[in-house]
Amino acid sequence: MTPGQIALRALIVGFIIAFAVITGFAYTTLLERKLLARLQARIGPNRAGYIPIPRRGGGKERKLLAGFMQPAADAVKLFFKEDPQPTMVDSWVYNLAPMLAVIPAVVILAVIPWAGKINIFGAVFEPYFAIAPGLNVAVMFFLAITSIGVYGVALAGWASNSKYAVLGGIRASAQMISYELALGMSVLVPIMIADSMDLGVIVEAQRGGWFIFLQPLAAFVFFVGALAELQRAPFDLLEAEQELSAGYTVEYAGMRFGMFFLAEYMKMISFSALTAVFFLGGYRGPFVDQVPALGFVYIILKIFILLCVMIWVRASLPRLRYDQLMSFGWKVLLPISVLNFLLTAIFIVLAQEGFLF
Amino acid sequence: MLTSGSDTIKELTVEELRAKVGTGMTIEDAEEHMLLSMGPQHPSTHGVLRLLLELDGENIVNLAPDIGFLHTGVEKTMESKTYTKALVMTDRLDYLSPMSNNLGYVLAVEKLLGVEVTPRAQVIRVILSELARISSHLVWLATHALDLAAMSVFLYCFREREYILDVFEMVAGQRMMVSYFRPGGLWRDVPEEFEPAVRQFLDFFPAKIADYEALLKNNPIWLQRTKDVGYISADDAVSWGLTGPSLRGSGVDWDIRKAQPYLGYDKYEFDVPLETDGDVYARYRCRMREFWESLRIIRQALDKLPSGPVNISDRKIVPPPRSELGHSMEAVIHHFKLWTEGFKAPTGYVYNSVESPRGEFGCYIRGDGSPNPARVHFRTPSYVNLASLPQMGKGVFVADLVAIIGSVDIVLGEIDR
Repeated sequence: MTPGQIALRALIVGFIIAFAVITGFAYTTLLERKLLARLQARIGPNRAGYIPIPRRGGGKERKLLAGFMQPAADAVKLFFKEDPQPTMVDSWVYNLAPMLAVIPAVVILAVIPWAGKINIFGAVFEPYFAIAPGLNVAVMFFLAITSIGVYGVALAGWASNSKYAVLGGIRASAQMISYELALGMSVLVPIMIADSMDLGVIVEAQRGGWFIFLQPLAAFVFFVGALAELQRAPFDLLEAEQELSAGYTVEYAGMRFGMFFLAEYMKMISFSALTAVFFLGGYRGPFVDQVPALGFVYIILKIFILLCVMIWVRASLPRLRYDQLMSFGWKVLLPISVLNFLLTAIFIVLAQEGFLF
Repeated sequence: MLTSGSDTIKELTVEELRAKVGTGMTIEDAEEHMLLSMGPQHPSTHGVLRLLLELDGENIVNLAPDIGFLHTGVEKTMESKTYTKALVMTDRLDYLSPMSNNLGYVLAVEKLLGVEVTPRAQVIRVILSELARISSHLVWLATHALDLAAMSVFLYCFREREYILDVFEMVAGQRMMVSYFRPGGLWRDVPEEFEPAVRQFLDFFPAKIADYEALLKNNPIWLQRTKDVGYISADDAVSWGLTGPSLRGSGVDWDIRKAQPYLGYDKYEFDVPLETDGDVYARYRCRMREFWESLRIIRQALDKLPSGPVNISDRKIVPPPRSELGHSMEAVIHHFKLWTEGFKAPTGYVYNSVESPRGEFGCYIRGDGSPNPARVHFRTPSYVNLASLPQMGKGVFVADLVAIIGSVDIVLGEIDR
C-alpha cells in the first residue's frame, strides 16, 4: 500500500472507531447510572425512551429498555444550556482546557487493536484492526498521550479563577503524575514478556494464557493506576463533591462541562481496552483464529466487564484523602511494581540463559 | 460594594474576614495562606453552615463557623402561641428527630403544670423517641458516609429510615413534622397495626446494621479516613460542653437517660456505649452501637406496653374526646376553651432536658400565668457541639474537616433556630 492509501484507511477506520466510542461513551454514562442504581437499591433513569410491549388482557404495557434515550436527552440538555463564563477568568486557557482534556482521550484510541487480521469487504487489515496498526512504540505513545491529559484538568482549575477549582487542579496534577509512574512500571511487565511494544504483538503473546494469570500483581497495579489516572472512585479527589463541591469543573457549564465528562468516560473505555489488551488477552478468545470478527465481540465484552468493575468499586469504597493517596501511590504501588518488574526481568534473563527449565 | 434598593451592603475586606476568622494575622505575614469560604451552599456542611477557612495548601490553619443562615425565630414565635400550639414549632428545630424535640418540650410543659402522663403514654413515648433516635442516626450514618464518598451506605440508610417514617405516619399522620406528643399525653392512641409494624422493624433491622458494618467497619479506607482524625480529649469535650455520642466518643459516661431518668428510662435495661479514642471513628462506633441499645429498649417497651388511656383525665389540660361533645355541655365548654384560649400554666420557670439523638436537648420555659409561655429557650445539642469544631479541626486537611463535621452530627435547624 502507498502512504496515501494507509492514511486514507486510517482516516476511515478512525472515523468509525471514534464514532463508535463516542456512542459507547454515551451508553457508558447510562450503564454507570443504571448499574450504580441497581447496586444502591434504586431504579435509575427510566423515563427517556422505552420500547412499549403491550400486555395481554389490556393491562399496563411493559416498558422494555426504559431510559435508553437518556444519553441523548443529557446531550441535548448540555448543548442548549447557557454557558456563562465567570468574570476575571483567563478566557483563552479557560476555553482551551476542555479541549485539552478531550483530545488525548480520543487519541489514545489510535493504538488499540480491536480485532486480529481481518478481511472486511475485500479490504485486508493487517497485522490487526486498529487506526494505527503495527505501531512499534504503541505503549510509549499511550503513556505519552495520557500524560497530556493532566494539562486539561490542571489548566481548567487554574483558569477558572475559583479557589475550589485551583485546589482540584493542584490535586489533579499531583495525583496523575504520581500514579503514572506505577502505571508505567506495571506496563513494562507485559512488554518484557511479549518482547515488543506493539500492542498487537502483546495480544498475540497471550495465545498461551492471559498475562493476568502470569502477572496478577502487575495487572492489579495497572488497574489501580488506571483508576487513579481516570480520576475514578476511590481516587476521585479532584472533583470530590463533598470537599471541593466539584473541583476543577466547578465553574464550567453546558457542553464545556460535558467535554470533561466526555474525556473521563472515553478514557474509561480506552483504559478498559488497554487493560484487556495488556492482561486479558485483548481480542483473543475461543475460535477467534477461525472467525476473526469475533475479536470485536471479545474485546467489547472485556471492556464491558472492566467498566462494570469500575462502577462496582465506585459503589463500594469511600474516598482516600490527599496525603493518603500520595503515600499509597509512592509507598505501596510504586515499590510493588518496581519489585515485580525487577523479579520478572531477572526471571526472564535466567530463562533465556537456560538456567531454568 | 453591592447596592440593593436603599440599603447598601458592604462586602467584608480581607482584614475584616481575618478578624472574623480570629487569626489576628495581617496580610503581610499571611501572604501564603488562602481564605476559603466553605458554604453556606456547600454539599457537605449539612445545611447552611458557613465555614471560614484559612488554608495553608490544603491544611487548615484556622477556621470559624459562621451560623445564622437558617434563623427562623422559633423561640420568639412560640411566645405568641398557646402552649399546645407552640408545640408545632419544636418539630422544626431538629428536623431529623422531631419526636425528641416534642418530648423535650412537652416534658418541660408538664413539669411546669405539675402533671405526670399515664403509663401507656410513657411507654409509647419511649418507643417513638427511640425510633426517632434510630432514624436520626440513620441519616447521620448516611450523610457521614456520603461525605467520605461511600455513596451506597447513604441510600441503604434512607431505605430503612423510610420504614420508620412510615411508622410515624401511621401514628401521627405526618412523616416528619409529627407533633405527636402533647402536653398531658399523646395526640391519640397508636393504631392496632403499630405494634406488629414495630416488631417487624425489630426483626429485620439487625441484618441491615450488619450490612452497614460490612461496608464500613473494617474497610481500610474508612479506617484511614476516620481513625486519629478530629481528636478531642475527654477534658476538652467536657469543657466545650459536648453532649451525646460526640461526648461519649471521648469516653465520658454521660447520658441524660441514665443520669436524670425521665419517662421511666431507669426501668429499662440498656447500656450507654462508650468509646475512649475521641476521634471520628470512636464517635462513629458510639452511634453504631446505639442502634443496638435503642432496639433493646424498644423491645422491652413493646413487651410491657400497658393498656389504658394515653391522656390524663384533667379536662383543663387535655381536650375531651370527640364522642363526649354530643351529650356533655361541660365537654363542649372545655373543648371550646382549650382550642381558643388554651390552658393557663402557673407562674414560674422550669428547665428540663432529654437525651436527643445529638445530645442534651434542654428546654427552658417561663410561665406568667397566661396561656402563652412568657419565654421559651432551647439548649440545642448541635449548637453547643458545633462550637468545638475549631478545636477539632485545627491543622487537619479540608477532607478531614468534612469527616469531622459529619461525626459531630449537626442539624442547622436547631443551631440557628
